Amino acid sequence: MSARVFVPSDSAALSVGADAVASALAQEARVRGLEISIVRTGSRGLFWLEPLVEVETPEGRAGYGPLAAEDAALLFDAGFLAGGGHPKALGRIEDIPYLARQQRLVFARCGVTDPLSFDDYRRHGGLAGLTRALTLGPEATVEEVVASGLRGRGGAGFPTGVKWRTVAGTQAEQKYVVCNADEGDSGTFADRMLMEGDPFLLIEGMAIAAVAVGATMGYVYIRSEYPHAFDVFSRAIDRARAGGLLGASVLGSGHPLDVEARLGAGAYICGEETSLLDSLEGKRGQVRAKPPLPAISGLFGKPTVINNVLSFASTPWVLEHGGRAYAEYGVGRSLGSQPLQLAGNIRYGGLIELAFGPTIRELVEGYGGGTRSGRPIRAVQVGGPLGAYFPQSLLDTPLDYESMLAAKGMLGHGGIVVFDDTVDMARQARFAFHFCAKESCGKCTPCRIGSIRGVETVDKIIAGRDRQKNVELLRDLCEVMTDGSLCALGGLTPLPVLSALDHFSEDFAKAPPRAAAE
Amino acid sequence: MAARPALDIELARELIDRRRSTPGAALPILHDLQHQFGYIDDAAVALLAEALNISKAEAVGVVSFYHDFRRSPVVGRVLKMCRAESCQAMGCEELVAHLESRHGIVPDDPKTGAGLHVETVYCLGNCALSPAALLDGAPIGRLDRDRLDAIVAGAKGQTQ
Repeated sequence: MSARVFVPSDSAALSVGADAVASALAQEARVRGLEISIVRTGSRGLFWLEPLVEVETPEGRAGYGPLAAEDAALLFDAGFLAGGGHPKALGRIEDIPYLARQQRLVFARCGVTDPLSFDDYRRHGGLAGLTRALTLGPEATVEEVVASGLRGRGGAGFPTGVKWRTVAGTQAEQKYVVCNADEGDSGTFADRMLMEGDPFLLIEGMAIAAVAVGATMGYVYIRSEYPHAFDVFSRAIDRARAGGLLGASVLGSGHPLDVEARLGAGAYICGEETSLLDSLEGKRGQVRAKPPLPAISGLFGKPTVINNVLSFASTPWVLEHGGRAYAEYGVGRSLGSQPLQLAGNIRYGGLIELAFGPTIRELVEGYGGGTRSGRPIRAVQVGGPLGAYFPQSLLDTPLDYESMLAAKGMLGHGGIVVFDDTVDMARQARFAFHFCAKESCGKCTPCRIGSIRGVETVDKIIAGRDRQKNVELLRDLCEVMTDGSLCALGGLTPLPVLSALDHFSEDFAKAPPRAAAE
Repeated sequence: MAARPALDIELARELIDRRRSTPGAALPILHDLQHQFGYIDDAAVALLAEALNISKAEAVGVVSFYHDFRRSPVVGRVLKMCRAESCQAMGCEELVAHLESRHGIVPDDPKTGAGLHVETVYCLGNCALSPAALLDGAPIGRLDRDRLDAIVAGAKGQTQ
């Protein structure tokens, strides 16, 4: 039997040369007359080790990384096909503490299997959740999801089961399931990793939802900044059809379901669910006023379950093990596991799936090992561009929905971006407004105009003009945007701004730069 | 400025017809058009409006709403550089400054850059390996000055 070698084809791994490593290994094996079979997988999410190659050995999979194409010959010399020693040998992959300490419910298969092999998916426990859901029937399926306490992982944290119950209880000839894969928050990549590394899990989750609420058509709206994920996921849909997971009768249940992947076109706002629906309908991606809720009148005016990638992908575990088992993870009203993403100026960046409740410090110091630059951590932004900046003194805040809210932040989609002490927080506050101005859909005034006034006001503060007056004005503007905006873009842009102002006020009081002080 | 290549109206019509009955067809069709021609020509917008039975103003409204859709062709390679927070924390703005001071290239300014069109994007989902970029769709992690210089030189070489 030929040795099995696993090389990720996740786009982060590709971005640092995984393809070159794969072909160098294949070439070297040919030269040496050795038979190896190279399996392309998703990523384990230990990105500082990418390209991270694994070899199957009797003791489990042995890891090597980060590799370059030039390492190929030396690896063979060191007998890596048998797990032999090498300067870049990492030992058994599951024993790496970064991975061993995680609680991977959603990401259990990511990096392990061939993402496009339906057989591999079944062999590694796939379809168990959907199979049980089909046995339980729609009502009991919805109640399992309610009992799990699962809340929307896109950032809003609305109870998934309650949403499903509403759609299930609304009568209509046509219903839809829509997956929000418009993962636009800086510092987040879990949706992308999952679509590239374990796409059938998302399809299974959508099938569970569709059967539970009576939907027969599904759409996955993937942002155009993820061309590789779109490609992999589209191929996974074809294979899911061939494997009977989608089609006229989902796993022989008699329930029809088809799923289509749709490409976004570069608009952050389309991550907002009603904008996404308008975009799917072929319109400008503008926010809709609620009510009506999408659960009552969503895509093309029909009842629609719209959930984030991770919400759907959590439900196969919930159905397989039961809602109560899922609810044993986590704290308070933040139940289950959260795939956290560690990014920015960080030594060991990656995906860390844990039950809710670890502190920011445990993540950025314990897992992340501090900054990549080696300088002190000064600020940590949690929850994407609409999330707050936390100073050192607040790094012991737990990462769950309620604690983050209490600290005037939000967990969002679980992105954690680290900045060292060279960061200028007045510039970051300015960027928050700038981003909002650039990405505003334009429908409501506080967001469309407020963001531009925000940039101007921060500029005045940086330039040292009427600082006290302008800081007051800025706070007033933030209040208007928070209370008056139609959606979270305008409504939450004040979070990063006010956190910068509250925790890093010294950056707003620095001597003005000479060019602006005239 | 390079002369605008003539739009193959028949091909555009074919692309539009292929998907016109898809529910919510506008974005899929616009992607097809841009994939084929590199941009969305005014004439194609008119065809799209007609095919979808919407006004031309509505069609223009859709095209102009999304950052992806270009209204004029670009020559050469496209480098999408992430300038969102995670990449800021790893010095993407220094790279942008380097692009301008060393190569005279300003992101999103089509008048600059010989054979290389640099576009600002916000997040490519490669935030653990910031700064991130996409070169003609191929991902690049840990972008640095040397790599950037090589990309600029490579793009120049192709157009000469």
